[in-house]
Amino acid sequence: MVSLQLESVTVDFPVYSPGARSLKKRLLHRGTGGRIAHGAAKGLRVRALEDVSLALEHGDRVGLVGPNGAGKTTLLRVLAGAYEPTRGRVERRGRTASLLNVSLGIDGEATGYENIMNRGLFLGLRPDQVRARMDEIAAFTELGDYLAMPVHTYSAGMRLRLAFAACTCFDPEILLMDEWLGLGDRAFVEKAKRRLEQFVDRAGILVLASQNTSLLQRVCSTGVILDKGRVKCFGSIDDVLRIYRENT
Amino acid sequence: MGRIAAGRRGRIEAPSQAVLALLDLAQGARAHHLWHLLAWQDIRRLYRRSVLGPFWLTVSMGALVGALGTLYGMLFEVESADYVPFLALGFIVWTLISGVITNGCNAFINAEGIIKQVGLPLSIHVYRLLWRHLIILFHNAAVFVVVAAAFAVWPGWTGLLALPGLLLLCLNGIWAGLLLGIVSARFRDVPPIMTGIVRICFFVTPIIWMPEFMPGRPLVLHVNPFFHLVEVVRAPLLGEVPELVSWIAVLIVTAAGWLVTLALFCRYRRRIAYWV
Repeated sequence: MVSLQLESVTVDFPVYSPGARSLKKRLLHRGTGGRIAHGAAKGLRVRALEDVSLALEHGDRVGLVGPNGAGKTTLLRVLAGAYEPTRGRVERRGRTASLLNVSLGIDGEATGYENIMNRGLFLGLRPDQVRARMDEIAAFTELGDYLAMPVHTYSAGMRLRLAFAACTCFDPEILLMDEWLGLGDRAFVEKAKRRLEQFVDRAGILVLASQNTSLLQRVCSTGVILDKGRVKCFGSIDDVLRIYRENT
Repeated sequence: MGRIAAGRRGRIEAPSQAVLALLDLAQGARAHHLWHLLAWQDIRRLYRRSVLGPFWLTVSMGALVGALGTLYGMLFEVESADYVPFLALGFIVWTLISGVITNGCNAFINAEGIIKQVGLPLSIHVYRLLWRHLIILFHNAAVFVVVAAAFAVWPGWTGLLALPGLLLLCLNGIWAGLLLGIVSARFRDVPPIMTGIVRICFFVTPIIWMPEFMPGRPLVLHVNPFFHLVEVVRAPLLGEVPELVSWIAVLIVTAAGWLVTLALFCRYRRRIAYWV
């Protein structure tokens, strides 16, 4: 059974740089961003997430909204298992694919085909499993002969096609995405949306952080507003987006 | 339908940090496709679009051994047939040791992009490091083959003892990479300090000079762990059985290193993603 649970998750970033004090001042004077916490012994810390609890099950499609610096990316990184929270617990069941960064594992000198292999291995697949899906992924990218060229010849949008196709063709059960679909051209974004809808029909868990409310409305069922590291609002996507629009 | 799970604290059972640390090492080892690929990517990146590619490693090692072998052989007034194979092996093994130490400092720092995106075992970055330097070692090994043929060095069955020696070197490479990776991620002054230390160690360890130049094998030779680490691979390939003291010293270093590293890894594994 696919599930993703967070229990009162708090994430503190230690700030070790010598200029931390002035950074603190700057952050405090801004309306947005994480909170600055002072530990007497531990020095300066930035609290990126505070007491976040979520229980997601198969079929949940969560849209994550919030101002810049609200903790969206940090939350996605916690969900992906990259960050272990300072306090609280995370339990993840299901094969997870995180598309937080298009350039993850991309080797500019290698060809498109080779980079599809890289991505697959990063997702925990064996080489033979990737090879079995290679044709399907190649077709989805629509990059044709470009796939035999080194990736440094690709445009940003073409890299996005490659990364998106590679990540979504391996039947992930949990899919985590940060805002970056905007790089694709219209035809590809449409195609990507359809693929996300298909994915959702297969009853995985999707968590998508985006400022693009029309994309969220189309793909997601549930919405979460993050503000200064806390869950400010949780509910159906329409309600959440209405509240988010009213407050910004 | 998802919901906010409030008021249900303590429902998720978390394994202990020690178990998680050991799992990290085991799962990392199992992801051998990934670190094999990443290690080769590192090598190819260094030699992209060059004609010889990674064989430039072999060529430059060969040139180094050829030049120093001739010059220092004359300076020290030793037989080339004794000195050049000794020098070649010393350099090849030292390249592995120093590579793992100096690059181990950046094992996690350089992998920031991966560490912050996906929840992969952290140990893959250390296996990748060790594998990369083993690939370099195997390229350099060709130099020894040529030297051995030129000076008719044949280690015989004793040469097989180099295999357990190399295995011990690898075990030490893993803890060293892990330890330095953790400490350097937190304290960024460690990498330049280690570069300096490694350079000193190169000169105090018998690589370009032979232990025989120091009559009576003084303490300064035997308290140097690098001497023993080099010796367990170099001596067998020159047809000599390494002294018992070398085996014991290497085993002690291996055990002590792993103990300290495991303690540190259990304690700080979960913080590394925040430090890089």
